[in-house]
Amino acid sequence: MNTTAQSEQLSVEHLLGIKELSAADIELIFRTADGFKEVLNRPIKKVPSLRDLTIANLFFESSTRTRVSFELAEKRLSADVVNFSSSGSSVSKGETLVDTVNNILAMKVDMVVMRHPDPGAAVFLSRHVNARIVNAGDGTHEHPTQALLDAYSIREKLGKVKGVKVLIVGDILHSRVALSNIFCLQKLGAEVMLCGPQTLMPRYIDTLGVRVEPDLDKALKWCDVANMLRIQLERQGGDGVANFPSLREYAMRFGLDLERYKRIGKEIVIMHPGPINRGVEVTSQVADHANSIILDQVENGVAIRMAVLYLLAARIPRTAV
Amino acid sequence: MSSVPLLTSKAFGLTVERLCYQLIEDHGKLEGLAIIGLQPRGILLARRLRGELHRILGKEQLQYGELDITFHRDDFRHRTSLPQPSATQLDFSLDDRKVVLVDDVLYTGRTIRAGLDAMLAFGRPASVQLLVLIDRRFSRELPIQPDYVGRWVDSIGDQRVTVQWKETDGADQVLLHGPGTEGREPSSMAQGTSADR
Repeated sequence: MNTTAQSEQLSVEHLLGIKELSAADIELIFRTADGFKEVLNRPIKKVPSLRDLTIANLFFESSTRTRVSFELAEKRLSADVVNFSSSGSSVSKGETLVDTVNNILAMKVDMVVMRHPDPGAAVFLSRHVNARIVNAGDGTHEHPTQALLDAYSIREKLGKVKGVKVLIVGDILHSRVALSNIFCLQKLGAEVMLCGPQTLMPRYIDTLGVRVEPDLDKALKWCDVANMLRIQLERQGGDGVANFPSLREYAMRFGLDLERYKRIGKEIVIMHPGPINRGVEVTSQVADHANSIILDQVENGVAIRMAVLYLLAARIPRTAV
Repeated sequence: MSSVPLLTSKAFGLTVERLCYQLIEDHGKLEGLAIIGLQPRGILLARRLRGELHRILGKEQLQYGELDITFHRDDFRHRTSLPQPSATQLDFSLDDRKVVLVDDVLYTGRTIRAGLDAMLAFGRPASVQLLVLIDRRFSRELPIQPDYVGRWVDSIGDQRVTVQWKETDGADQVLLHGPGTEGREPSSMAQGTSADR
């Protein structure tokens, strides 16, 4: 008899952001991901849990890693998957978001994984359509599964998250990864410091309880883990003013090369959410360093997304046939 | 809730030992045999069997693994509670092996069905047998029967059988809980073994 098995559920029906999750939710996702990580190392990497569900992946913004990762996660849970990207669709004919999604849901879709360029798109959708929503990145707002897999990778590498000092470097202003990471790491008891050009640091960011250190060398000496965010070239200069003079100057002040890494004087873990601009945020020698867990992050992404989809699916009531 | 012991420490030890001798009787030196405990409770019996077989035979002849079946259950989204996954440790291929699945209590048979399904991810065994400490017969929901049984128990639906282990619960014993157990003699409820066949 399964007397020792704990019975728990997520406290949310949708994964819209880390902000809405409790620490217990995050721990539950991690424990479930441990199980899926083991499944992913089997000769047959597939389990039947979601075979009666259909998931639509709606990508209104380009993506490689997140999209492939979600699709693999869905397929390894045996869900039926439909993919949609805004290019070449009716969105370019002027259809609204709610109409697009409701038309897709009319074809009996249970869950929607959505990436969208507008902050709040996932929350908006969750209020207006009858399906479970997983936010795969909404503009500059949140990217919850990335934050979960980042914290999970730290937990795997260092054995814990609580008390770990995490430095997030780069374009904080445009980064949904930064915001979700701050929420996630703080909920798990980690300390967070931010570093980047003043022009890419949101005002009043310190009200979130994070420290801001403009000098990368000082910040690196403080941290146990450095998460080097991508410079979002596609979001720069939206107001007609460049946020930094040149990529070369950015790389000199906020990029991590091997020489700078050696100057830290201790071993720190290197992370990057991808895609890497090699030679800008990190040089190749750092990206491929023994302490870099960039590819572990990608590997863990599938297990984390399987866990999220599985736990959300568990809360979908079964309807009588 | 009242409960009555079905097996206490001494009989418990004898039963586990007999199951080991039955395995040896059927499989000789156990070469090519794989014992797989089902998570979470079957592994405790499987570990005990492994230790006993090691003691009896003097050296390790068999492959040993532990299998979690959480993601293969057929009641996902059918119940409100969500079982938590446990660790699977199976670092060898099951291709052409003789497999003995091990669980503590056989009841509806649904866990075993999930176990058979989960096991297929690790290869195609030559044969699969089932060993359980307690068989709650007459309560099966699927056509699954054990090959090795510690004790048969005739119980009604509201009753519950729990197996407790020295390692995790402090003592080796099997308890029957629920209505109708007050003042009953254990011998009237736990009867017969596969040795009687």
